[in-house]
Amino acid sequence: MKFDRRQILLGSAGAAAGLMLPASAAWAQTPASIGTFPDGVTADSVFVGLTIPLTGVFSGDGGDLKLGYELAIAQINAGSDAAKTWGLQGKGVLGRQIRYKVSDTEGKPNLDVQSATQFIQRDKAIMVSGSVSSASAIALEELGSREKVLYMVGIAGSNDITGKNCQRYGFRSQQNAYMAAKALAPVVAKALGKNMKTAFLVPDYTYGHTVYDSFAKFSKEQGWQQVAKEVVPLGTTDYSSALLNIANSGADVFVNIAFGADAVASTKQAEQFGVLKRMKLVVPNLSSFQDKELGAEIMQGVYGSCDFWWTLSDRYPLAKGFVDAFVAQNKYHPRWGAHIGYMQTYLWALTVERVKSFNPVEIIKAMEASKDAPYETTIGKVYFRAEDHQMVRPIPILRGKAPAEMKGPEDYYEIVDVAEGESVMNPPDQFGCKLGPYI
Amino acid sequence: MPSWPALASQAFNGLALGSLLALVSSGLTIILGTLGVLNFAHGALFAVGAYAAFVMLQYTQSFLLAIAVGCGFMLVLGFLLERLIIRFFYGRPHEDQILVTYGIGIVLVECVRATFGGNAQRVPTPSWGQGATQLGFLIYPTYRLQLIAIIATLLVGLYLVLYRTSMGLVVRAGIENPGMVGILGINLRRTFLLVFAIGVVAVGLAGMLYAPVVAVTPDMGANFMAQSFVVIVLGGLGSFPGAVIGGLIAGEIVSLTSAFNSSYSEVMLYALMALLLVLRPQGLFGSEGRV
Repeated sequence: MKFDRRQILLGSAGAAAGLMLPASAAWAQTPASIGTFPDGVTADSVFVGLTIPLTGVFSGDGGDLKLGYELAIAQINAGSDAAKTWGLQGKGVLGRQIRYKVSDTEGKPNLDVQSATQFIQRDKAIMVSGSVSSASAIALEELGSREKVLYMVGIAGSNDITGKNCQRYGFRSQQNAYMAAKALAPVVAKALGKNMKTAFLVPDYTYGHTVYDSFAKFSKEQGWQQVAKEVVPLGTTDYSSALLNIANSGADVFVNIAFGADAVASTKQAEQFGVLKRMKLVVPNLSSFQDKELGAEIMQGVYGSCDFWWTLSDRYPLAKGFVDAFVAQNKYHPRWGAHIGYMQTYLWALTVERVKSFNPVEIIKAMEASKDAPYETTIGKVYFRAEDHQMVRPIPILRGKAPAEMKGPEDYYEIVDVAEGESVMNPPDQFGCKLGPYI
Repeated sequence: MPSWPALASQAFNGLALGSLLALVSSGLTIILGTLGVLNFAHGALFAVGAYAAFVMLQYTQSFLLAIAVGCGFMLVLGFLLERLIIRFFYGRPHEDQILVTYGIGIVLVECVRATFGGNAQRVPTPSWGQGATQLGFLIYPTYRLQLIAIIATLLVGLYLVLYRTSMGLVVRAGIENPGMVGILGINLRRTFLLVFAIGVVAVGLAGMLYAPVVAVTPDMGANFMAQSFVVIVLGGLGSFPGAVIGGLIAGEIVSLTSAFNSSYSEVMLYALMALLLVLRPQGLFGSEGRV
């Protein structure tokens, strides 16, 4: 007798209803085989697929991200002192070396999906990580949930990732747009004044729109009034027409939401249009190398939030270990990207060792329960929220230093505040998150 | 509805933007119009030009000197590409030309990335172009104003070379009837070599002049290549005056649309191109079957 998939699903639903199984009972079941587990776990190694834009608008951030992953993997595989300080035991993860491949995805979601699919099907990737664009992260977490393979989000700030597009198999350590805006707005309002007029430059994709929504909301609460909003395509090279409108808007503050090379080009051109002379610059999320690529002359006085700035090593011992090791290996100070790659790899490895299994369902459940057993990390104690998989974490608020204030060639920012994570979180259901099934 | 001063400001900006697009597209159209080669390495050569300015600026500390040396470099690069690769593809189908030039583009961009990394490089605005100038109804970056004059001069110079010199005459005759030109004892190979190199210098020079304005990254040329193709489709494939007028029209479309809603500016550009392809497939200045 043959059953089709629909009959089996209906039958299962009926049986579950008949037995009046509580939801928690179904939740507790962990299949012995799911996604690439256990096929992707050999006696001595596991494979991790990294989808990173090494070319295109986000190549700067992507290159940094890659170095962060590579440092963490090297430390974990070697069973280094750094790995032990994080709490890992022995060489590798559960005695398995991490093998990995990096795919250049150009920041294009279709290439991200194509690469990740190959990693999963060909290499039996036990975990996928990467992305700089929020659009890529959304595509990858959907793929992860479909294939039942864990996806640790790279750089991606859109609210949708842990909102309406959230997925059971995706976890984000970076702050979302809401958290960044809620942390940043009071600090800039205190520094620049209340009742300011704002002009926004918004890149036309999920990241740009959600960052705009969040910062507009929280800056309005500070008494700021929007007088211009220019929406521009991702990858725009010449911003002159949008900047002309901003220059003539009478705004006091220029809020530039563009990211990566777009942030560099638009800020450079804003300076040439005289916008930065007449307006204060606020960048809700500072790109990895915006400081170096634009220089302190332009970036002085800018306010923005960041996932990580290297002087946090004064506050957190693990951050010091990370920064020192990274500088020794790569001859520059790690930025936002490197930190995310580094931390996400360690968080995954730590969780695997906590549950003593590479089974993604067990890892997901452990991450969802991390509020009761927070991780000690490079930014202090953090945990993933069970309802939407957004990390509850502190958020550094930075101010660009003037050239004369810099104590070294990469001393671009002063950390003016570190917002406490719990205080800036959105309600878990605010952006429509409905995590899918485990199995 | 935007105010009249806002519209006038955007119309002026469209002129500036259009002149830049015209210069960027001129190299593409010169090579296509005279040699019949679709140069898909155009964007990469634009980036190479910008990096040439960046490197030369480190050594010379003078923007003008950096551009002069950079042009020399682009000329040599153009000669090498033509002699070593392109000349074997003059008689080949467009598909082959696209593949080989696309490949050249990838190699050039990756060489740049391997040498300089993926981060944006800083090319400061030259000292004589810094600040903004008050123009009555708007404040406009001084360097961009100077660029309009520089580009206008360059485009007139290119036009004179191609249409008012004996070399230009040979080039145009060579396109129409290469056999006859050869019978007359004229060395077409040398002329074609020179034309290709001029096209490379033109796009490289556009990259150099634009370097202080945009983010100088290995992939910076990709967007410009797409826009260049729109411009030469508008103006007519292979037509030099078409590239100039097409560039100005494209600049005005982008800029004036921004006065209403900047998110539609690129959409309008491509919509116009699609409309023109339906109504006048050969473009404004092109002739049917020319290329």
